[in-house]
Amino acid sequence: MNDRLLSSTVDEAVSSRLSGLLTEDTRPGYSGYLVAPENLLEAVQILRDELGFDYLSSVTGVDYLEEDRLETVYHFYRSTGGSGLVLKSSCSRENGRIPSLTPIYPGAEFQEREAWDLLGIRFEGHPDLRRILMWEGFDGHPLRKDWREPYFEEEAKPFKSRWPDGKAVRSEEKTPFGDNVCFPPDFDPQTWQAEPETVIERLQQDEKPLADEEIQTDRIVVNLGPQHPSTHGVFRMTVMLDGETIVSLKPVMGYLHRNHEKIAERNTFLQNMPFTDRLDYLASMSNNFGYAIAVEKLMGVTPPERAEYIRVIMAELTRISSHIMTTGFLLNDLGAFFTPALYALEERELILDIFEMVSGSRMMCNYFRFGGVVRDIPEDVLGRIRQLVTDRLPRKIDELDSYLTNNEIVKTRCQGVGVLTDVQAIAYSAAGPILRASGVPYDVRRADPYSIYDRFDFDVAVQTHGDVYDRYLVRLQEMRESLKILRQALRDIPGGPVLAGKPQYQVRVPAGEAYGRVEGPKGELGFYVVSNGKPNPYRYHVRAPSFINLTSLETMCMHQKVADAVVVLGSVDIILGEVDR
Amino acid sequence: MSGKGIVHGLGVTLRHLLRTYWDDLKKGRRRYFNPEGIAYRQSPEVDGIFTVQYPEEKLPVPEEFRYLPFLVYDPGPAGEKVLRCTSCGICAKVCPPQCIWITRTTDPETGKPVPTPAEFAIDIDICMNCGLCAEYCPFDAIKMDHDYEIAGYDRMTTNIYTIEQLARSADYYRKIRPNAFASEEKDRLEREAAKAARAGTG
Repeated sequence: MNDRLLSSTVDEAVSSRLSGLLTEDTRPGYSGYLVAPENLLEAVQILRDELGFDYLSSVTGVDYLEEDRLETVYHFYRSTGGSGLVLKSSCSRENGRIPSLTPIYPGAEFQEREAWDLLGIRFEGHPDLRRILMWEGFDGHPLRKDWREPYFEEEAKPFKSRWPDGKAVRSEEKTPFGDNVCFPPDFDPQTWQAEPETVIERLQQDEKPLADEEIQTDRIVVNLGPQHPSTHGVFRMTVMLDGETIVSLKPVMGYLHRNHEKIAERNTFLQNMPFTDRLDYLASMSNNFGYAIAVEKLMGVTPPERAEYIRVIMAELTRISSHIMTTGFLLNDLGAFFTPALYALEERELILDIFEMVSGSRMMCNYFRFGGVVRDIPEDVLGRIRQLVTDRLPRKIDELDSYLTNNEIVKTRCQGVGVLTDVQAIAYSAAGPILRASGVPYDVRRADPYSIYDRFDFDVAVQTHGDVYDRYLVRLQEMRESLKILRQALRDIPGGPVLAGKPQYQVRVPAGEAYGRVEGPKGELGFYVVSNGKPNPYRYHVRAPSFINLTSLETMCMHQKVADAVVVLGSVDIILGEVDR
Repeated sequence: MSGKGIVHGLGVTLRHLLRTYWDDLKKGRRRYFNPEGIAYRQSPEVDGIFTVQYPEEKLPVPEEFRYLPFLVYDPGPAGEKVLRCTSCGICAKVCPPQCIWITRTTDPETGKPVPTPAEFAIDIDICMNCGLCAEYCPFDAIKMDHDYEIAGYDRMTTNIYTIEQLARSADYYRKIRPNAFASEEKDRLEREAAKAARAGTG
């Protein structure tokens, strides 16, 4: 990577170096470059090694049914900051194949599995192309445009049966498995037996034996979950143990899968807003923020000043409440049963009270609208936020700091556990506190500022060891930085309207694509939205940070004791609503 | 010295514990089972324990709190309930989980639609409490309720609410959302005054 290329614009660098391989995407409303599948690996290698796009943020696909092709969409960024590069590669719907990017970006592993599972894009050269969110015997690929769910009613909401002649019926009263459920051709529920899980084979293949084996021991497969591992949700880690040491680990997920993206493609743009609350349900304001930014990019509206400030205030309060919870529950994972978690919950309660006063709900806020927010913050609530931000929260964060940071048990259990190096963190597309604890000072608020984050003075929290302890320290520091931002925002917040234009229940979104990303508490939260000018999004994809952060879980847990796997998982801070979507 | 951090941490826990009892002793009965005590335990100044003894004590909900939608009616001249709803269908169209079902009334003689619903049903099992219906209703006819204690034993027979369960008086609405009610009334009076002025000049 050299300075000349970094300083030049993305387009110049790309056109000079990759002119033969890439063509510009000229569809109206679209941006980025198209690449033929056979040139993909070569182009991506140059992108990473010569142009410095070392961070693969998102991999997803779009089913263009009418053109009979599947388009894979990649979003690349530089871990040093700046704007991104979008690359697209198409293949046919029937037998199309796209080369897998896992040899170059290991972080593509789960995302490509997801694209295979939900869209049926075959990635050649992928080490482990199994379904990830659906069950292994599932027939079809649900995000394809010709796939229909049980209880299918119409392609898009609002459904005609609701008005003007709506007669309430329960979905259950209709045949649940009617015409629109497909089983695999030879499937008979009476005689069907589950095959041995392929995950165990995979465990054996990926085993990394210990170097200094003194005693010959048997390997044993243990399922950590679904449930317990300190109950972050219904999640399973299948581990291969040598004695107490993990020699191979595979996460199994999808227990909470509801196909958020398919639901969203049936919804109108506005109807998706409350659904985004249910992704990372501890940080609904951040989810709203990301989705609002993506759709606003398409619509070309900017929120008024006051709305921008309110958004930042809400997003930072969310970050504090999420981080303080994570810290409390990390201690729970360490065995400090619930005292630290309850201290954290008390502060979170106070923040949730504010959300309730402002938005009407504690967790499912549904507060953002395209071009602003629903309603203004009353002056007394602003006063309450000021009181929290200037007095109580700094005090309580300091208390948490003095309570835990120098505790010898915390240190011995956390230091040197679950290490991820900076190179690995970037390669695995880790985001948020995981990435920053590994020594990569990458924060979307600073690296590629959105909203009004360029106005605030704050530091990007960063640590260097990449272990569980450093992740804790990063979260602690980030809460303090959030307080800094909040103090500035509360000082500068202007008066005025909080919504651009009139409230509209049916927004007009011009055709095109947009990728909106924010720095959520768990990491980079991205929304890839494609509109075809109709009231419903044609494609809606969530780059879920805690899902992608799990890609590196095996690396973090390798050769650690099994008890530490629970702690490592706690430090990754997964929210199953977002992982399984 | 090894163990210093643990001792220090235990000190923090001990302080929490002692503060709980100290605050209880200091505030005594003022702290529990009265609105001021609950407000105190919900405020940023709270010291000591912050839990609420539900169901004996209940947290007051803020005005904006939303749970299930209800239909607002005004009292008619003969004391009958006049729903504000015109069955325009915006709430049914905007509803994300599509849990609102409306049948429009048609005039039996002319066959034209009459601006009042013949049937209005909300499947409260499906409702996601998002508040979009209330937000986009142009007639202030559907609002979000504050009553959250609706648990029951059988969802199959009770949980599709019809007009009977949904209708609440404008007085009730004023009681739970005084600020919103006041500002809407003000807007309505202004609109009517402007209309009267136009009619007068025209």
